[in-house]
Amino acid sequence: MKHYKVFKHTADLGLEIYGRSLPELFTHAALALFELLTDLHRVKPNGRWTLAVSGTDREDLLVNYLREVLYLYNGKGLLLSDFSITDMEEGFLRGEARGESFDASKHTIKKEIKAVTYHQASIRQTAKGWQGRIVVDV
Amino acid sequence: MSEKVPALTKIDEYRWLIPRSGKMNVPGVIYTSRLLMESQGADESAKQVANVAHLPGIVKYSLAMPDIHWGYGFPIGGVAAFDMNTGVISPGGVGYDINCGCRLIRTAMRLQDIQPRLRELATALFQNIPSGVGSKGPLKLSLKEEKKVLAQGSRWAVAQGYGTAEDLEATEDRGMMAGADPEKVSDRALERGREQLGTLGSGNHFLEIEMVQEIFDRQAAAAFGLSEGQITLLIHSGSRGLGYQICDDYLAAMVKHMGQMEIPLPDRQLSCAYLDSGRGKDYLSAMACAANYAWANRQMLMHWSRETFEKTLQASPRDLGMQLLYDVSHNIAKIETLPLEGKPVRLCVHRKGATRAFPPGHEALPQQYRAVGQPVLIPGDMGTGSYVMVGTQRAYEETFGSTCHGAGRVLSRTQAVKASRGRGIAREMADRGVLVMAGGKGTLREEIPEAYKNLDQVVDVVHGASLSRKVAKLKALACIKG
Repeated sequence: MKHYKVFKHTADLGLEIYGRSLPELFTHAALALFELLTDLHRVKPNGRWTLAVSGTDREDLLVNYLREVLYLYNGKGLLLSDFSITDMEEGFLRGEARGESFDASKHTIKKEIKAVTYHQASIRQTAKGWQGRIVVDV
Repeated sequence: MSEKVPALTKIDEYRWLIPRSGKMNVPGVIYTSRLLMESQGADESAKQVANVAHLPGIVKYSLAMPDIHWGYGFPIGGVAAFDMNTGVISPGGVGYDINCGCRLIRTAMRLQDIQPRLRELATALFQNIPSGVGSKGPLKLSLKEEKKVLAQGSRWAVAQGYGTAEDLEATEDRGMMAGADPEKVSDRALERGREQLGTLGSGNHFLEIEMVQEIFDRQAAAAFGLSEGQITLLIHSGSRGLGYQICDDYLAAMVKHMGQMEIPLPDRQLSCAYLDSGRGKDYLSAMACAANYAWANRQMLMHWSRETFEKTLQASPRDLGMQLLYDVSHNIAKIETLPLEGKPVRLCVHRKGATRAFPPGHEALPQQYRAVGQPVLIPGDMGTGSYVMVGTQRAYEETFGSTCHGAGRVLSRTQAVKASRGRGIAREMADRGVLVMAGGKGTLREEIPEAYKNLDQVVDVVHGASLSRKVAKLKALACIKG
C-alpha cells in the first residue's frame, strides 16, 4: 500500500499517512517528509543518527518525532532516507535515521518543508492498520 | 473541536458576524465582501475565527481581515487582542515566520531611467541578494554577535554600516522591539539563525521593482514622497529559520502544559500561556528577538539592493535617492495601548497576517508621517504589484489598529502547481509586463496570480470599511522570488 498521500490545505500541505503498525506509521510519515523534500534515490544512508522523543499522547509524539527528524535537515543539513523505530511505548520512542549531509552537487531540494504543525493532527486505527494526518508549513 | 463551519450573519456591506456559541468567549467578525466570499470557496477559515474566540482573556471579538484564509490555529488574516491580566499569548497566533513583513523603498528614478536596464538590474539583484531554499548569507556571525542582532535589530545593522539613522526612523518600532532577551532563545534557534542573516528565503518572499501607477490620496502620497511614474522597491521577508525554531520550541513547551491550564482548546496549534506567567513572558522575550532579527535582515537586504542599483546603473546614492518609506510587520504580537470602550487600555494584540494601521497623530509614527497617518504596505501576488495605504482612526477604534496584509491565498500550493501544468509562467508574466526570476523550480508555479484573491477586491474592503485608505497603487516591473 502507498504509505502516504497529500491532501488539500490552502496555505500549507496536508499529509495522510498509513502504516500497518504504529511504528510503521511514524516511519512512513518521516519518509514522506523527505520524499517531498528531495529525490531520495540520490541519498545514500552513509550515516546514522539516533532520536529519543517524548509526547503527551500519540499525536503529540508524532508531531515531536517529525519535528526532530525535520530539525536534522533544517538545523543540521542532513537528508535522510531510512527510518526505524527501535523502541516505542506510551508517550516515548527511540529511533534511528540514516542518510547523509546535503551536497548541492548531487542533491536537489524539491520543496522546502519549514515546520510540522499540530493543526488537525490525528492518528486513528483503521481496518488495515493505522492512519495519521499532519499539516506541514511549506 | 467545533466541527461545523459557523453560520455568518451580515452586519453591513463589509462585516459579517459569527455569533457567540458554545465555549466562545466573544463573537467573531470577518471583514469581507459578497464578492470575496464567493471566491473563497470551501475554506475552514471562519471556523478558525470562532476557535480563536475560545482563548481566555480575548477582548471584544475575534477578527479577520478580507485576505483571510485557512491557516493552522489562527486563520491567516486574523487579529485578536488580549487583556494583560487575564489573557494569553499564543505562538500560533503570531505564526512561524515571526515579523514576516514588508519594506518599501522610494527612489528618485522614473520608468525611463531604468527601463532599458531592467533585465540587467533584476539579474544583478538576483545574483547579489541571497535567496532560495536553504540560502546562506555572506556573514559569519559569532554567537556573541548574533545575540547583539537579536537584542538590537535594525540598530545593529545600521551600526555595522548597513544603512542610515533615517532608515530606523522609517521602521515600525524603529527596528528594535523592546524586551528582547537572547537567553530565552534555544541553541537550535541560534544555530539556524547564524548563517541565514541577510537572506531573502523562499516561498512567497520576494524583492520587487515597481512603479507608482495611480495616486488616490494626493496629500498622503506627498507626505510619503510618492508620485505617478516613480520607481519603488518592495522587499518581503522575515526571520528565516530562527523565527520558525522559536515558534516551534515555545509551541511544544506550551502544548505540554495545556492540560494543567484547563483551557478548552479546539485546536492544539492555538496552545498558549498566560501573559502574566513565566512561560508567556519568556515567549514574548524570544519573539522580540526574532522580530529584531527580521528587521536587521530586511535592513541588510535593502542595503545590498541599494548597492546593486548604484553599481548597475553607475549612479550615486544622491542621484538614485533610494530612501526607506516604511517597514511594517505582519506576523507579530504587540503590547499596545488602544481605546477599548472609550478608555485607553494596554492589550496584547496578535496580528497573524495583518498589518498595524495607526491613525494620524499617533506618537508611534515618525514625525514625517504623523500628520497623515501610518504608511501601510499591502503586497499582492507576483503579477499585480502592491498598494500603499494609510492608517485610520476607525481601525484604531474598531480593529485594534489593524488592517489586511496582502491578497491571501485561494488555491493550495498543490492546486496551483496543477493549474499551472504545461504553462510557461515566466513567459505569461513577461506578457503582462513583469520580468520574474526565481531560484526554486516549483516557486513560480505555486505562486501563480490565480492562487491568490484579487488584490483590488481585498483592498476595496479595507478602504470601504475605513480600516485604511488607499494612497497609491504600484505596478510590478520585475520580481525576484526566493
